[in-house]
Amino acid sequence: MTPASIFKVAVTSEGPTLADFVDSRFGRAGGFVLVDLETMATTYVDNGSSQVLAQGAGIQAAENLVKAGAQALLTGHVGPKAWTALQAAGVKVVQGVENMTVDEAITRFKAGQFAVSDAPSH
Amino acid sequence: MIIAVASGKGGTGKTTVSASLVSVWKRPVLAVDMDVEEPNLHLFLKPESVSTEMAQLAVPLLDKERCTLCGACAELCQFKAISLLGKNLILFPDMCHGCGGCLRVCSEGALRKGQRELGVVETGITAVGIPCMTGRLRIGEAMSPPLMGKVRQRMRAIMGKEFRDVIIDAPPGVSCPAMTSVQDADVILLVTEPTPFGLHDLRLAWQAFRPFGKPMGVVINRAGLGDEKIQAFCSEKELPLLAEIPFRRDIAEHYAHGGVLACLDAGMRTLFENLAERVERLERMALMEVSHA
Repeated sequence: MTPASIFKVAVTSEGPTLADFVDSRFGRAGGFVLVDLETMATTYVDNGSSQVLAQGAGIQAAENLVKAGAQALLTGHVGPKAWTALQAAGVKVVQGVENMTVDEAITRFKAGQFAVSDAPSH
Repeated sequence: MIIAVASGKGGTGKTTVSASLVSVWKRPVLAVDMDVEEPNLHLFLKPESVSTEMAQLAVPLLDKERCTLCGACAELCQFKAISLLGKNLILFPDMCHGCGGCLRVCSEGALRKGQRELGVVETGITAVGIPCMTGRLRIGEAMSPPLMGKVRQRMRAIMGKEFRDVIIDAPPGVSCPAMTSVQDADVILLVTEPTPFGLHDLRLAWQAFRPFGKPMGVVINRAGLGDEKIQAFCSEKELPLLAEIPFRRDIAEHYAHGGVLACLDAGMRTLFENLAERVERLERMALMEVSHA
């Protein structure tokens, strides 16, 4: 079940549209497609500022997401520091989302096919 | 005088050259292994009665009661050691470089000094009375330059007291650890090998260290193994070629048994004595250039 209070979902993505593929990395993801679940309107948040960091990319990416107003994140894997940061900001995290388009990830999330994670993956 | 024995590529023979130079050096000398991620100079110099000092870095601790969530510290930190996420200020002490800036910008006194364990600094002495020191990074610690800073402090304390020359066995590569280990040096030796990787990484090392403006010289190890491209590179860049260590089975066997190469035979001893003289000449020439400039 999709938590009823979530309206804005971020998906780590290789490109700016719903047709692009999910990027399984979080901190080093190309960017985030931010989807409004009610209207299905999308905005793209570039993650280049995190990709260039030698260390702390996951923390920076979490800051970028929080600033953009994301309430949930769909991605492949989240590391321990990024996890701490996302938890602090109250962002719900779904891991293991990969090998599909952003659109497919959102559809499956809305259908309640994903479970919210309770721990980082590495 | 401080000599840093460096290289771009790993496994070219920095430790072989360092240990040998230490053993033929004519004046009192201090041996420093600055490769704190995997020190190995001690395997050859075999220091005894090693004393161990804990090394720590000052990192911020948060007093939540006093924090007003103004975000000044998080904005200042360039290393993501502090992050303001919604209504939570989160500290990541592993990321901290210990600059102390966050403590200074906090107007509420909500941050105070805590400690992160970096590892240890070890100091011992060889059978012939040569002091040897190194750092040993804590397993799990991601950054080596802060611990290298503690080794450098200790090194300067010993130098100042006993007027010793120093031979530094540097870590490989051209990133922060390598740059940190050569910054005290008066002369940089670049150890390489006549292979495509050897040449490629020699070029990187030369590019990385050149802005320091320090005299540099090249030592070729396993000479005769490959081609003459290193020699061509050295003459093109006006880098003096100071020594060539031949590619020989008995040298590898001696190394594998923990032997110092300069002690293998008279030929090797002469090779490193000549290298030591050339290094000193390189420094003298650089000093003369400075005084004439």
